[in-house]
Amino acid sequence: MSKYLLNKFLFTVDRDPELLERYLADPAGFVPWWEAEWANRILGCHEGEASTWLAFDDRERTALVEHDYVTLFEMGAHPFLALTLFIGMYERSYDEPLGFQLEYARKLSHITLPHPDIAT
Amino acid sequence: MAEVVAVVASTHHPFYYKASTAPPEQRPPFADEWVSKILSFRETLTRAEPDVLVMVGSDHFHQLWLDNMPQFLVGKAPYYDANFYNEEREFGLPRMLLRGDEDLSLHLLRNGLDAGFDLAFSNELRIDHSITCPIITLRPEADLPIVPVYTNIFAPPLPQPSRFVALGRAIRDMVESWESDLRVAIVGTGHLSLELGGPRQFGPHGPDPEFDARAVEWISKGDIAGALGEVTLDSLWSPGNATHGFMDFMLMMGVAGDDNPADYVDSLDLFHTMEAYFTWYPQGVPA
Repeated sequence: MSKYLLNKFLFTVDRDPELLERYLADPAGFVPWWEAEWANRILGCHEGEASTWLAFDDRERTALVEHDYVTLFEMGAHPFLALTLFIGMYERSYDEPLGFQLEYARKLSHITLPHPDIAT
Repeated sequence: MAEVVAVVASTHHPFYYKASTAPPEQRPPFADEWVSKILSFRETLTRAEPDVLVMVGSDHFHQLWLDNMPQFLVGKAPYYDANFYNEEREFGLPRMLLRGDEDLSLHLLRNGLDAGFDLAFSNELRIDHSITCPIITLRPEADLPIVPVYTNIFAPPLPQPSRFVALGRAIRDMVESWESDLRVAIVGTGHLSLELGGPRQFGPHGPDPEFDARAVEWISKGDIAGALGEVTLDSLWSPGNATHGFMDFMLMMGVAGDDNPADYVDSLDLFHTMEAYFTWYPQGVPA
């Protein structure tokens, strides 16, 4: 399991409006594409240099395809990265201010302290 | 030598900009009280008449990333662009451009390194709402040069709380040994209890009002020993999963000095997290 790679997915998609819309519209197509194109990019390096060893496991891939932020939380993905990206995708669908944020909290209400370890 | 004319510590609530600039019919019911408190707080910096601002904050995974994560970083650039696409999207924050003071940046880097703080630096730093929120609340003209100091309160493993206090003390000493006739304000923002992306987020108050009350007391009294006696990297998970941002307040307590009570203290109980505002005047309260 790679919390780092989950975070890298959330980080790179959240900061790019085009990637965010693609992930919202077609997660089953987008997640394998991102894994092939982005997982091994070293973000601070020249584009010609890359890593060779980063990949999701099946559980991670499924959670990302299903927009399953509860499982992402349980796996130790960084809560701030997940929250920001999912607000960016879903807040627009709620009429009430903070409607999505409060539903997000409710779906995590079974979580007790200590929370899953987020260290990478 | 330079003078530290004000030490200012604050929460940074990214919704303030939207709440305070929305048309009257869209303003939330708490906006008027919030604006009134911010205007009073702003006056505490204005009356100190600073020439340059040292700004302590924390990047929220905008430019700094897990492939190369500094614990403490000082910006050294002539200009700083500010705010990011996802902050525009979520908070409506405007893009900004702030001037830097490279001479003071270099002074902090050189003397910080020599004092045992292995500070990272950046010659091209885009700053985020941990620094632009206090610009918007305290100096909306955005006309003063800044030196950004970023801390890692976000991506474990984190430095110990005592290290934040020690860096705060060192920043105060270093500014006061800067060969300049400029008036410096040291401004830092952190969090009280806060939950982000967890079950306690966006409640009617901060997730742990008891912690908030203790925290405000520590800060307002300058009770560094009391805070260090209770706060650990492990303990900060309990008040809320983003409460490690309180360590930026502890850094600012180090800047202000041991057992030095704040000259100005205010707070506002809001949804999601409590706002808190503190100002110290090391040279005495301005007339």
